[in-house]
Amino acid sequence: MIEYQNIFTQVQVHAPAYVGTPMKPGLGSRLWGVTSEQKPWHIHLLGRIGDAQVGPIYLGGYGIASIICGIIAIQIMGWNMLASVDFSPIEMIKQLPWLALEPPSPAWGLSIPPLNEGGWWLMAGFFLTLSILLWWARMYRRARALGMGTHIAWAFASAIWLYLVLGFFRPLLMGNWGEAVPFGIFPHLDWTAAFSIRYGNLFYNPFHMLSIAFLYGSALVFAMHAATILAVSRFGGERELEQIVDRGTASERAALFWRWTMGFNATMESIHRWAWWFAVLTPLTGGIGILLTGTVVDNWYLWAVKHGVAPSYPQVFPPVLDPAAMTGVAQ
Amino acid sequence: MIMSGMHKLLFSGALAALTLLAGCERPPIESVQRGYRGTAMVGVYNPRTLEVQAPKHQAPEAVPAVPAGGPAASTVYKNVQVLGDLSLAEFTRTMVAITQWVAPEQGCAYCHAGGNFEADDLYTKVVARKMLQMTRTVNTSWKSHVADTGVTCYTCHRGNPVPENIWFTDSGPTARSRHMGDRAGQNFPSKVTAYASLPVDPFTPFLKEAKEIRVYGTTALPEGNMQSIKQAEWTYSLMTHMSDALGVNCTYCHNSQSFGSWEGSTPQRATAWHGIRMARSLNNTYMEPLTANFPKERLGPEGDVAKANCATCHQGAYKPLYGAAMAKDYPALYGAGATAAAAPAAMPAAVAKARKPAAPAK
Repeated sequence: MIEYQNIFTQVQVHAPAYVGTPMKPGLGSRLWGVTSEQKPWHIHLLGRIGDAQVGPIYLGGYGIASIICGIIAIQIMGWNMLASVDFSPIEMIKQLPWLALEPPSPAWGLSIPPLNEGGWWLMAGFFLTLSILLWWARMYRRARALGMGTHIAWAFASAIWLYLVLGFFRPLLMGNWGEAVPFGIFPHLDWTAAFSIRYGNLFYNPFHMLSIAFLYGSALVFAMHAATILAVSRFGGERELEQIVDRGTASERAALFWRWTMGFNATMESIHRWAWWFAVLTPLTGGIGILLTGTVVDNWYLWAVKHGVAPSYPQVFPPVLDPAAMTGVAQ
Repeated sequence: MIMSGMHKLLFSGALAALTLLAGCERPPIESVQRGYRGTAMVGVYNPRTLEVQAPKHQAPEAVPAVPAGGPAASTVYKNVQVLGDLSLAEFTRTMVAITQWVAPEQGCAYCHAGGNFEADDLYTKVVARKMLQMTRTVNTSWKSHVADTGVTCYTCHRGNPVPENIWFTDSGPTARSRHMGDRAGQNFPSKVTAYASLPVDPFTPFLKEAKEIRVYGTTALPEGNMQSIKQAEWTYSLMTHMSDALGVNCTYCHNSQSFGSWEGSTPQRATAWHGIRMARSLNNTYMEPLTANFPKERLGPEGDVAKANCATCHQGAYKPLYGAAMAKDYPALYGAGATAAAAPAAMPAAVAKARKPAAPAK
């Protein structure tokens, strides 16, 4: 019988709960799941996509503060959405993709508007930002506590940069909160389309181009790397750390495969730098592109024409003049 | 055991994917190239949707022509304020046509109560008179939009006393709470926005009032364009309506490089530009003054009169009735003494061809 084993992990490692490496004294009091009463537990389904063991979880001040701020932010958004459907839970579920908490109208500038005219949005944004920044500190400090590098925190910081540009830095430079993104599923997508329409086609924004290149590149690099490792997992290739130090037959084959097919291979170590930089540069360049939009460039298409970026195509349609520019036409 | 569990997972995964796809239209979708190759200047059509719509866009046969000459209608009938100059025969013919177009089930009595033809007792008659004047204005003063094709009552009414596609001012559902949950006229499902979360009443600001539709920057660098992204959402909502009302995608009018740039736009964009002005003008000149004439139940929830937008005439077709030139057969729809301009040959009889804009290039 053919066994399908390409998507899910077939091996369930079921060992006694493991609480981790020895910690500095005093740390244990903030770890949930290390005492004899609170042991980490195992979930079979999680074992199919990762490690079946849940915990120990670190409960530190930053994390707890972050979760509290996050809950406040989500509550503000959620209760506003619920109020917008007159507190009907059924309508809330039915209309959820459309519902939103909108930023203030541009007329309010950077002042603090009444709650129902954007004040709630400002407050939700404040707590969400606080929550995210506190979570960043948690990421940084936990990595340090484990003696790790802080690569995860800095990659996260790249995403936070884009978030802050969209909702804070750019509105600040534009002089009104109305330029920021609404909280909502469809509304933030419509905002994105409207943003591009207002500023003359974002596809001509070179930093948007870079961001797309890194985004698609990330997917490509991720797929190449993941496929390579899965392909040599029968030789133990998934034990990447060991293979970095002691290049075994799996690593050798994986490297050879890429040299055979394209003449060059990343190493077990460098492929992760490729992946990290591609991922980090996606929001980093994207954020620069957003920050420049409206602040220093008003119409990216015209900018691209001016700098020879946008090609011009042969005229197919008869010339069309802007009727508004003609005299004697009903306006 | 593992297999069956795996199958269940895969099955439910496939089911979830299908559910998500339920909102999509199934292939094949036809695309018709219109602009230069590689520029995405294509029209996208679902042949199955077009097939369903086609019968709706067939123009009815003209009422048989009558010999010219004879006494003027005003010499026979009283209180003929608009059509008095027509010959009696042409006048009667026009009345027959209007009845077929507007009130085929209700008949003459829909406007003329109790056989008293001169009385203006029924509001429907007063409205019909105004609408005749409106039709004449459209056919003579708005050739920039309707060209020589012109419009008839049927263009909008299609046999319904009240056209199917009309609009009223709609502030949208207002949250009962005054302290949270403001919807700002958007963020709820509506057919107007093709179920986006855009503002649901782009008509009041753009087709009644003359708010600025153009939001894009006209200079590469910022030089004082104060239009906001929120305003862009209103414009986007109007454009979504136009696309929906005409059954076309953005590139029917706009070039794919820059929605704002006129260079490289299609000629249809200029036609549409005049269409917006036409709808606005008709709503203000002909519909608004009728507000007091309509009974309450014919007014909108906010007490305003029914108004026209692109869908009122187009009803899903790129040209109403696929461009059939009905109006040329009815001099009454052009104005006193005016003979209908000889309209150019209508779209080819084969609707299959006519329902698609022609002229793909390269």
